[in-house]
Parts: sequence; structure tokens; C-alpha cells
Amino acid sequence: MNLSRKWLNEFVQIDVPDREFAEAMTLSGSKVEGVSVEGAEISRIVVGRVLSLVRHPNSDHMWICQVDAGQGQPIQIVTGAQNVKENDLVPVALDGSTLPGGKEIHAGKLRGEDSNGMLCSFAELGLDQRDFPAAYADGIWILSDDPELAGLTVGQDIREAVGLNDHVVEFEITPNRPDCLSVIGLAREASATFDIPCNLHEPAVKGGGPGVLPELLDVETPDTDLVPRYTARMVRNVKIAPSPKWMRERLRAMGVRPINNIVDITNYVMLEYGQPMHAFDYRYVNGGRIIVRRAAEGEKLTTLDGKEHTLNANHLVIADEGRAVGLAGIMGGLNSEIVDDTTDVVFESACFDGTCIRKGALALGMRTEASAKFEKGLDPMNTLPAVNRACELVELLGAGEVVDGVIDILNHVPQPVELTVEPDKINALLGTDIDGIEMFKIFEKLDFINADNQAVNPNCFTVSVPSYRGDVRRMADLAEEAARFHGYNNIPNTLMRGQTTQGGWSPTQRVENKLGEVCRACGYSEIITYSFISPAAYDKILWKPDDAHRKSFKILNPLGEDTSIMRTTTLPSMLEVLGRNWNNRNKTAWLYELGRIYMPKAPSEPMDANDPALAGSKAKLEGMGLAGLTEAVVEAVNDLGKDDGLAIEAQVLTLGAYGDGMDFFTLKGTVEAVLKSLRAKDIHFEPCAEDPSYHPGRCAYVYSGDDIVGVFGQIHPQAARNFGVDGELYCAELSFDELLLACGPDPEYAPLPKFPAVTRDIAVVCGEAVTVGALESAIRKGAKGLLKEVALFDIYRGKNIGEGKKSVAFNLTLRADDRSLTGEEADEDVKSILETLEQDCGAVLR
Amino acid sequence: MKEQLAKIRAEALSALENARDSAALDELRVKYLGKKGELTAVLKQMGKLSAEERPAMGQLANEVRAAVEGALETATQKLEEAALSAKLKAETVDVTIPGRPIRLGRRHPMNAALEEIKEIFIGMGFTVLDGPEIELAELNFDRLNAEEGHPSRDWSDTFYFDEDSRVMLRSQTSPMQVRAMDTMELPIRIIAPGRVYRKDEVDATHSPMFHQVEGMVIDKNVTMADLKGTLNLLAEQLFGAGTVTRFRPHHFPFTEPSCEMDVQCHKCGGAGCPTCKGEGWIELLGAGMIHPHVLEMAGIDPDKWSGWAFGMGLERTAMRRFKIADLRLIFENDVRFLEQF
Repeated sequence: MNLSRKWLNEFVQIDVPDREFAEAMTLSGSKVEGVSVEGAEISRIVVGRVLSLVRHPNSDHMWICQVDAGQGQPIQIVTGAQNVKENDLVPVALDGSTLPGGKEIHAGKLRGEDSNGMLCSFAELGLDQRDFPAAYADGIWILSDDPELAGLTVGQDIREAVGLNDHVVEFEITPNRPDCLSVIGLAREASATFDIPCNLHEPAVKGGGPGVLPELLDVETPDTDLVPRYTARMVRNVKIAPSPKWMRERLRAMGVRPINNIVDITNYVMLEYGQPMHAFDYRYVNGGRIIVRRAAEGEKLTTLDGKEHTLNANHLVIADEGRAVGLAGIMGGLNSEIVDDTTDVVFESACFDGTCIRKGALALGMRTEASAKFEKGLDPMNTLPAVNRACELVELLGAGEVVDGVIDILNHVPQPVELTVEPDKINALLGTDIDGIEMFKIFEKLDFINADNQAVNPNCFTVSVPSYRGDVRRMADLAEEAARFHGYNNIPNTLMRGQTTQGGWSPTQRVENKLGEVCRACGYSEIITYSFISPAAYDKILWKPDDAHRKSFKILNPLGEDTSIMRTTTLPSMLEVLGRNWNNRNKTAWLYELGRIYMPKAPSEPMDANDPALAGSKAKLEGMGLAGLTEAVVEAVNDLGKDDGLAIEAQVLTLGAYGDGMDFFTLKGTVEAVLKSLRAKDIHFEPCAEDPSYHPGRCAYVYSGDDIVGVFGQIHPQAARNFGVDGELYCAELSFDELLLACGPDPEYAPLPKFPAVTRDIAVVCGEAVTVGALESAIRKGAKGLLKEVALFDIYRGKNIGEGKKSVAFNLTLRADDRSLTGEEADEDVKSILETLEQDCGAVLR
Repeated sequence: MKEQLAKIRAEALSALENARDSAALDELRVKYLGKKGELTAVLKQMGKLSAEERPAMGQLANEVRAAVEGALETATQKLEEAALSAKLKAETVDVTIPGRPIRLGRRHPMNAALEEIKEIFIGMGFTVLDGPEIELAELNFDRLNAEEGHPSRDWSDTFYFDEDSRVMLRSQTSPMQVRAMDTMELPIRIIAPGRVYRKDEVDATHSPMFHQVEGMVIDKNVTMADLKGTLNLLAEQLFGAGTVTRFRPHHFPFTEPSCEMDVQCHKCGGAGCPTCKGEGWIELLGAGMIHPHVLEMAGIDPDKWSGWAFGMGLERTAMRRFKIADLRLIFENDVRFLEQF
């Protein structure tokens, strides 16, 4: 919302500088986004009188002018324009002046003759033909030819002379205050802010135009709920002409282009009162009947902007007996537009249902200034003064004759709202100590105090909420008004008292924090990726077309295909980031994200915690001191099985890396470090050849007991290529919930060994298919209780070992807790280990 | 004999002084102190002396031995020291050679800022809540006073999963206020950070997905002054002691009175510059006293309980905190960007 300070001053005389004005208005709730000064770039341009002009000796089209610009003595200026005469008043750009766009004018020579400035056209001053319809477009602006520019003096600053010096303040108006989308609304706020009275004007219409209104015009509003109020007046014998300079100036300052007197009046009233107005040509209102109705399905209407629309019953139209002549609250119809030969005009000043207008405008993709106002819900009490103001302006401008009477259909009469102000309660909410008198004064400034409630009881008084303040309905709203004008920044700053609450991390959040710490300690940096992906992402990670995990939450109105479904896997997000880093030629990227996936819930029959089938486990848990756990689990399961349309939002710890020696075992080391940090229980790894996104020979499942915690390995080269990478990428996907379940108990100190250990190295030869894991299991199985550590230190393949075989060497550490081991004791254990290796794995000592 | 001892003493001390390595020292030790050494040889002549001469001569001989032994020890020590310092000198490294790289991961700047915020509030007795991003419009809108017809419910602004506009991607973290009111015992002090979604095209300041942190307190006698005091504390902790803030009236459907908090522009100190668009202030967050109707809908009596709430955008906070110019960098995750934090 733009506000001309000149216009504002018609109602409230406020003379403070712009910055001070902006700050005060912002702090009382009308946020100022910026202030601009018309013609700010213009300097040292004045009104000058042409004293004489002679032909330039060296040019066939230039003139040498002597100009009185109020500088003491005449200035010589050379001009190429042909429309200048002696005695003309013209805009003179003096030496060192500036024009819009930053152009500077300096004294110089033109074909050998001194020229100490420039005579200007209106376009050079940043103006438009519409701003000065009388001015000659192709040449110097002859100010003295324009009767609207009488009373100029030589040497006068041009901005002041032509009225290009308004200050325009841009406001951000919050949706609860549609009343402030008007000069009058902001004048009320400014008046209360600066404590300067607001002099509003009561429109007075002389009337007396030919005809009797009810005979000329009949209005029907069948959908009373969509039309709280419809007010109309008529003007006859209209003379379409440009509107006067003062009106054009104000429209221009507010960013509205002048068109003609009637259209300008509707715009002027809309800006002043915040009430959208529409004027249409009475000729085209067939039968003199206006019907405000829902559009028929498929009904067509061409609006003022020349666009044809196909409407439906959700649109409200202004129609005559036969056809629609306007889109209610949005835009008028081309078929009833005000044109140069219009003689009779109907002014419509109506209040339409905000939601209906908003939806209609949205559906047509044409949000107009009028619809933007209507959609916020306007004050029905505003239509009558607005239409009267329009008629008053018609008479002021001599633009036509106003017919007596008003058509005013009031379908919804807003009830007056009276509220009780209890300063104690307001102070208790704000934490302030504003006394009752100050509060009363604030409500007085805001016009909440009328003749009926003048009695000042500072502890409790009644206020009447003006009809345009639909946002004030209860104590909290009154508190905001009191706070706004007491000053938010005068409210003290205190810290909370009251009952202490215990804050802190939940156990789950502690694990989240720990996972991040470990990943970063291992050299992985955190990333954040979008939760929505393209359905094609599942193809890129090579999921089969019928993969059940493709079932995703689909956004019905996405920004684009790329962000149209909620991911059920974090892998494509990670691969995209790796791919981007790869393409940006970053040599190394080790990354992690603890991010969500969104799985549709699988509806299930609700469980009952009292089901006899659960009695056994319930008793067992209670025996372990875990009473209530059964109920909690049942509730959680039921929540997951409830089809409320929401998702199971599970977290996944995703690692992704390439470069700096990243390979399968480096990644596995990280996975192991993550698990170790959680003291995860009972971890083992198994090969995974079936995950299509991974290299079938370099991928593993991580198990905790019987549960799969996650999967990791080298990304399938085809999948990597799909993300623009022709190198090896490594990723891990670990389920956060499974990691939580795998967490081990808090550590308990174990005494340090008191006796020395014996170490033995063994190398065994076995078939290629035998895994190191299997050998290790056999070693642990064969040991007789002295074995403390097994460490792989070599795998060797060679001719002397034999085709299809390998030699695997381990370092064994054996120790007893209560004595120094003898070599014989150790050898006995090793012997048993070797026997088991042979039995279980066919591995023999090399 | 006396002369002999004196001569040995003089010769030995001088030789030891000039010895250059441990081999030479060994040789001298054998030469003077060894079984066949010169001093031993002199001592062997003791028997020839008279009983009167013997004690004096014995004492003298011991003195000479002690002197030679002492000198030998000093010389040995000196040589060892020289050898050690020579060794250390030889081991000198060029300290300007870069250290062996230790890969250290970084926290994402958005989460780094969030971490600071969480710590500030946990210190004040707040609990951190998590909640669903795929949310019911009922909680995201209706329960927050944004009824049917509110512009933010439009399909042009909010992502929906069903034609009835029932299930959506939450457009704010504020439904966590409702979830907390519905499930927690009073009094409540929570913050709820998380992802939110709005239908904005990606540019330097917009993203269809971003993060907010919601904060809410409900207790007896909670005031707007408490809200201001707490948020001032937050601003000081985030942007340094002495950070100047101001509160402006604003509008949110679910708070009344509502406000926005600005911090004074760090670049110009309030004078006005391009960073703050000439205003001298930068908007940080929106807040207010919880609307009594929101409390009522959660079954909380607004005459007994009051509360405040705030919501702030985390990306914007991180961008301000770390002077990041373009929001897109946050989601591009280029390691050259990530490794700066």
C-alpha cells in the first residue's frame, strides 16, 4: 500500500521527516517498507522565461536562447527544439543539474556557441503525457501554455512548480487490517500514532440530476450471503475528460495511471476509502436491471483487460437481464466500459464475500487491486460514504449530474461490538503497568470511545469497536491496541518465573547427537537435502519397477516433477549431492545426513493391551520392573496401524563418500565406529547381493542379532553413472530406529589385566569360498577360554598355496586372568583352535 | 713416588680433557686406572715404603685416583651430552611442512545455528520436540485460527496430498504448538525445530523446503514482557552481548498481541545500508501471546493460563550468523562450502 504524504496531510497534518514518520508508523504496527520522493533525482532545474531566441549561425535547426532563470542575469542556452517562442515559460536545467536516470547537464559549447544548460521536455523530467494531457509531446515543455500551471514564477524549482515533489511511503499492511489499505485508514493510524487529530470529511452531494433513480435502475442480489451490501448511484450527462491536475498528481503518487475523470474518480475513491468502486456505462445495462448472481456454468465474459473468461457457478457476476457485464469484485466487463461518448454512468460501491472473490480471482489467475481488497473482508458500512464521495467528486469536477437517491441493499447488517476494558487484565497479559487513564486515552485516539461510553472509570470501561475494526473482538485484541500505542518497546523485558520445568535432551536426541559427532569425527561432513524427490529417482538407483518401496506420498500440487513425491529412501538425495560435488571437481567428498524417509502407513487392526494373548509377556515385563511398557508398545503399534493419512517418518543415517582412499573397508570401518560409539550389541555382517543400488560383490548387511540395521557398500557403477559419476561411490544406509534398538548398556569398568599375555601367529590354508568371518568364528569356537583377541594380519594367494586356495594369517592373544600362562597351556588352546578350523572350515596349518 | 703420583695426575687430567670420543676415554681409563695401569703400578710400590710414609702416600694415591676418576666421569658426561645434542640437531624437521591430514567432518551451518538455539533453550528448562512433516491441515491451520478460506491454505501456497486438502506438508512448525498442548502436562516449555514446506520457487532467498524452530511456553501469569525478555536473551546469545533489538506489532492468526522482532543491522549499526535495505534493522522472528481461542480449542482455560510462542526461520538465521549470501548454497552441499564451518 502506497501513501502520498500530501494526501495524508489533507486529513492529519504531520510534518516530521520521512524517516521519523516511517519509524513511528512501523512501531505502532503499520510497517513501512520504504519511502520514495518524487523527482528525487531532479536537481537544479527551474522555471525559466525565454527572453529572446536567434538562429544558430552554424546550424540550420538550432536556436540560441537567452533565458531568465532567476539567476540574476540571463543565461545563454542552445536548443534544437522548434516549439519555443519568446516569453514562454520552460523548464531550464542549469549548469550542474541532474535529470531522472542520473543524467547530468553541464555548460559547454554547441557548434561553437556557449550553452549553459538545457531546456527540457516533460519526458526528460520522467513524466508522461497522461500526467499532463495538455502538454505538447514532441518538444520543449511550454509551461505557460498549460492553464493548469498558472502562477509560476521564474527561478522556481520545477518539482514544486509542476507538483512533482510528493513523498510516497510504502506500507506492508497485515491481512487483519484491510481498513489500512486506504488513505483514510492510514490517516486514522497516523493520527493515533502522532496524537494529532484526524479531520475526516463527510461527503456532500448536491444531486438534482434528471430522472428518478428507482425508475432508472433496479438491483437484485439473489445470493444474499455473497453480497453483504450493494450500493449504487447514477450520474447523467457525463462529460468524459481528463481529470484535474491535483487528482492526477495524487493518483500518480499512489502508482495509478490517470485515464479519464470518471475512471479516475473510482480509483481515487478506492485509494481514499479503501472501497473498490466500479463505474459502468448505463447504456449497456439492458433493461436498467442489475442482477448480482453466480455465473452460469460455461458463461463467457470478456473483462476490461480484453481477456475472455469461461466462468462457472463459483464466480459472482454483475449482470443485466441478458448477460454478465462484470466480474464482481474483480474486474469490469469490456461490454460496459466507460468510453469517450459515455453519457450515463452507474457507480457501484459494494461489499462482496471475501472468500468467494478470492477463490474466483485465484481460479482465473487475475488478482486485481479490487479483489485483493475484497478477499480480506471489507467493512459493509464503507460503501455508502464511498459512493457519495464519488458523486461529490463528479460534481466538484463538473463531470456530470448526480441523480438524487441511492440504491442500497443491505443484506448483512454488522452488529455493533461493545467490549469491556479491564486494565488489570491487560496489564497482567502484557506484563506492564499502564494506568487506566492512559488506556482510555489510547482507545479515545482510536475512536473506540463514543458518546455513550464517555464515563471514565480507569479500572473498567466500555468501548465500541468501529465497524472497520473487525479484528478487535476480545480482551487479547484490546491488549494489542493498548500495547501498540503504549509502545511494544516500552513493555519491560523480564524472564519467566513460575514452576521450574526440567528441560534437556531426550534419550533419542542424545543418540542423534552422538551419531552426528561420530560421523564428523570420522571425517564426514553433514549435508541437508530436500525430502521430496522425482519419481525417476527410484529408476536412477535401479529399483525394479514393481519395488514395493516405490509406494510414496505424492504431492498433488508440486512445484515440479523433481520435487513431487516424498522419498522412501535417502539414497538418491545423497547420490545427487555426491554427483554434484563430483561434477564440481571436488576431489574428495565424505558426507552424512540424518534425514527422514516417509513411508505410507499400513493400516492394521488395533491391538488391545488387555488382550489375553499379551498377558504372558506383560507379566514378564512387569516382573522386570517394566510395568506400562506393554501399553506403550501397543499404543505405538496402533498409532502406526491407524490410517490417519499421515506417514511413518523414520530417520536414516546416510553416509556417502568418494576420494581420499575411500573403499569398502574404509566405509566399513566407519560403520563399525558408529556402532562402537553406541556400544551396539551382537553385530555381524553378511554379504548382500540383492540390493539393486549396490555392487553385488561389495555390499553388506549390518545385523544386530537377527535385525538388519542397514546396508552399505559400493554403489552400483550403473547407478553412479546415473548421477554423473564414473568413479566408485560408497554409501551406507542405517536405520535410526534399528540403531536405537541396538544400543548397548552404559559401560561398566572391567579390571585391567594383571598377568602377561602369550601371542601366537597362525596361518591356515583354506578354500577361496571360506570367509574370514567363518574362520574367525571357528577360532573363537575352538578356543578353550584363554583366547582374548583375534586379529587378521594377512591374506596371501600364490602358486605355492594352490589354485582356488588362500592362506589366511591371524595373530592370537591368549591370557589367563589369574596367572601367567605357560607356553604349554597356550599351545593346547592353539591346538584346539587348529582342530576346529580344520573341522569347520577345512583350513589347515600352512 | 710423590713426584710419580703428581706426574700421573697431571698427565691423566690433561689427557682426559683432550679425549675426543668414548674409545679414547676407555683407553685412558685402562691406561691409568686399569689393573695394569700406571696408578696401579705406582701403588704396587707402596710395600717398599716405610710405615711412617705409607699412610701419607696412601692418602695421596687415593686422592689422585679420585681425581682421575672424577675427571673421567666429567669427560664421559661431556661427550654424552655432545653426542645427544649432535643427534637432536641431525633430527631437526622442517616445521613448515604441513601436518599429516586428519579428516574432520563439519556440521552443516544450518544445524550449527540450530544447535546454538537448542542449547540456549535447554538451559532455560525447555524440551526439544519432534513432529511429523506430513501433517493434518486441521493442526496446521484450523487449530491455529487459520480457518477455511485463509489465503495460506491455497493450493498455490501449500503442498497437499489429497483433493480434500486434509493432509499436507506442514507450512510452519506451529502445529507442534497444538501437538504439545494436546499431549503434554501444563506448564509447557518446548521448542520444536524442523522442516517446513511452502510453494516457493528456488532463488537466493526462497526454497520450497526450509527449517523453522518453534518455541512455546504455557504457564500461569506468563506475560508479553517475559516473551520479550526471553527473545532478547536469544538474540544476545546468537549475535553477541549488547545486540540491540526492537519489537514491532504484527499479525499472526494464532497469537494476539503479535509482534516481530528485529535486530539492529550488524553492518551499519542502525544507520541504514544495503544489507538492511536502508532500514537499520533486520527482521529475525515472529512471536506473540498465544491467542486465547487457540488455547480454548486445546481445552486450556485462557483465564487461568497464558502463554507465548515464537517461530523463526533457521536458514535465514544461519545466513545472518555466518554471512551466507545465497540460500541455494545451503541445499547444494558443495564440500567447499560445507568445510568453511
